[in-house]
Amino acid sequence: MTIAGPDLRRFLDGLPGVDSVGAEARAALLASRSIKTTAKRLALDLAISMIDLTTLEGQDTPGKVRAMCAKAKHPDPTDPTVPTVAAVCVYPDLADVAAAEVKGTGIHVASVATGFPSGRASLDVKLADVRSAIAAGADEVDMVIDRGAFLAGKYQLVFDEIAAVKEVCEGTAHLKVILETGELVTLDNVRRASWLAMLAGADFIKTSTGKVTPAATLPVTLVMLEAVRDYRESHGRQVGVKAAGGIRTAKDAIRYLVLVNETVGDDWLDPDWFRLGASSLLNDLLMQRTKLATGRYSGPDYFTLDS
Amino acid sequence: MGKFEYAPAPESRDVVALKESYGLFIDGDFVPGQGDGVFKTISPATEEVLAEVTEASPADVDRAVTAARRAYERTWSVMPGRERAKYLFRIARIIQERARELAVLESLDNGKPIRESRDVDIPLAAAHFFYYAGWADKLEHAGFGPDPRPLGVAGQVIPWNFPLLMLAWKIAPALACGNTVVLKPAETTPLTALLFAEICQQADLPPGVVNIVTGAGATGRALVTHPGIDKVAFTGSTEVGKEIARAAGRKKVTLELGGKAANIVFADAPVDQAVEGIVNGIFFNQGHVCCAGSRLLVQESVYDQVLASLRRRLATLRLGDPLDKNTDVGAINSPAQLAKIRELSDSGEAEGAERWSAPCELPVKGFWFPPTVFTGVSPAHRIAREEIFGPVLSVLTFRTPAEAIAKANNTPYGLSAGVWTDKGSRILWMASRLRAGVVWANTFNKFDPTSPFGGYKESGYGREGGRHGLEAYLDV
Repeated sequence: MTIAGPDLRRFLDGLPGVDSVGAEARAALLASRSIKTTAKRLALDLAISMIDLTTLEGQDTPGKVRAMCAKAKHPDPTDPTVPTVAAVCVYPDLADVAAAEVKGTGIHVASVATGFPSGRASLDVKLADVRSAIAAGADEVDMVIDRGAFLAGKYQLVFDEIAAVKEVCEGTAHLKVILETGELVTLDNVRRASWLAMLAGADFIKTSTGKVTPAATLPVTLVMLEAVRDYRESHGRQVGVKAAGGIRTAKDAIRYLVLVNETVGDDWLDPDWFRLGASSLLNDLLMQRTKLATGRYSGPDYFTLDS
Repeated sequence: MGKFEYAPAPESRDVVALKESYGLFIDGDFVPGQGDGVFKTISPATEEVLAEVTEASPADVDRAVTAARRAYERTWSVMPGRERAKYLFRIARIIQERARELAVLESLDNGKPIRESRDVDIPLAAAHFFYYAGWADKLEHAGFGPDPRPLGVAGQVIPWNFPLLMLAWKIAPALACGNTVVLKPAETTPLTALLFAEICQQADLPPGVVNIVTGAGATGRALVTHPGIDKVAFTGSTEVGKEIARAAGRKKVTLELGGKAANIVFADAPVDQAVEGIVNGIFFNQGHVCCAGSRLLVQESVYDQVLASLRRRLATLRLGDPLDKNTDVGAINSPAQLAKIRELSDSGEAEGAERWSAPCELPVKGFWFPPTVFTGVSPAHRIAREEIFGPVLSVLTFRTPAEAIAKANNTPYGLSAGVWTDKGSRILWMASRLRAGVVWANTFNKFDPTSPFGGYKESGYGREGGRHGLEAYLDV
């Protein structure tokens, strides 16, 4: 079933509303879950395995990306039982460096594209950006939607852009669609944009670029999880969710896992279906992991820098 | 078994120092009863005996009323409001300071999840004392005349579903207005009231202002019929409420009784939050809530979707140890209540409704009932009319707003109702037609000390909370 033009608009505007007070209360309740001992150990490792270890700075260099990839492969060089992260995430011009570093490890190479982070470029430029990322070895593309078009009600334009990027990715790269929920503001918009992205072919929907505040929040992620759950029920296709930006502590990460666990359950509790886009988070997870194993906290000097 | 099972996360019991036996709190001291009646209070989750409690005899009640009268005449009614306020503020702060202790004790004695006693019962109890402390020196601005006078001695009987919170609802406004009180907690949940008595001592509350007498129905009867009582306040079943209204004679009475609230979900409702609201409406506190949303009215066009979402959500509810911080549904408070819930649920099946229970394992010891949903319920079924006071939801459908109103109001009760719709105008249209003391819009079971609470019809009379709540304790 393809919906287009006015029908697309009617469909998206006709989705059930989100009561933000209720959604925030639900997210807050789940954030109060107490995850201890064995459950915490499991959650810490699961969170590590779901990380898209990210560097997206103007000052990124091949050296920095190589260092980050080394960390991705061996998050804690002293402990081989620590899982590897899910992916490394870089700008397209450094995707080749990352791809060379993680080759054969199972770690994915994610590249942002389509005029990240603002998405203010012509479609040709955006598609060229995507092609260059894939050519450089990215097997995951994190595109941004045109938030201006979305807010102006031009849903078809946003849809067509996602579909065009999807066509370029088809067969070679997974498509993650960044909604930049901090600019969409309302939870109704988050639900609409989630459905729009899924209908247009997204493999993953992702909260944020990390360049806008607020980035990922629990209520926003809750609404996106409900959207992928409902979409699978009606369309029979499972779509992943990536919470990105602002997740810095193990405690935060575990709250996201609880949210996944109690909203969509086991099917999404897997690095193939849920990701955490972060950089400094990894060391806090490692620190908590060591604390759980030894009963002692060690200082940050005992964990390697990300890059 | 799921991928991510939560390990047990029990709140420590060490914070509570249980005594082996408790006396009565009369005239500022714990005293033994004059009779030899005692009873045991147990943890409904494990059937473990927690303590032995004194059963107050009519003579004990008389002592308590006499102490309250003396304190009323000599101390409390003549004390300036701003001085009374200081005591109430002090009590509120001590409740906050001892919140964890109170929460653990409440969960032990009542069976409710620690998450609820910690996040709802105890903070709200403190909030009630703070709120009414603020009124104590401003009564002339409450709209009841230039110098409204207290009534005298209040006899208060409270239920077991929110033991400390109901105590706060009763004692805070009574004291703020200048009355003294004799309060009887429910026989299955006396412990937080007795800890509250300690808090009164800690706050240096003058002796006799608050008296706590423990016991069952006979003690309650002795209290409400005592000639030295000027005011009777009762929260509990409609059956007992009617008896009290008859027995109270010319005393001023407020009653907060049963309910069979309609929770009405329209097709344009925010579905996911409505489902949360349904769950919170009926499974909060195991459904031991007089204003529980026990009748779900769903618009027929979204019935399948709402029921599917509801069942999926109920499968994630965590039932078990009330002291585990991750528990959502605790134990049924008493074997008698469990028997009543079972009897009514069986009648639902016998009358032709379809029963579905959330797939959760029930502990072997203690009193438990799984979250249960009845579909195919007709307005004539007992489970659609009688208060079950347990985790049992009856689902009915409607087609138009007028039909929703007709079905919602078709009950002898009228305590609360809920409306779920994205349309603001419809919320107002519904609220003006629902015959219920509280109407929640796109939420349910939200409480606040500033908001009056009370019923229509057989749900009782009088209001508690807010400015309106003062009227029950003033001679107006």
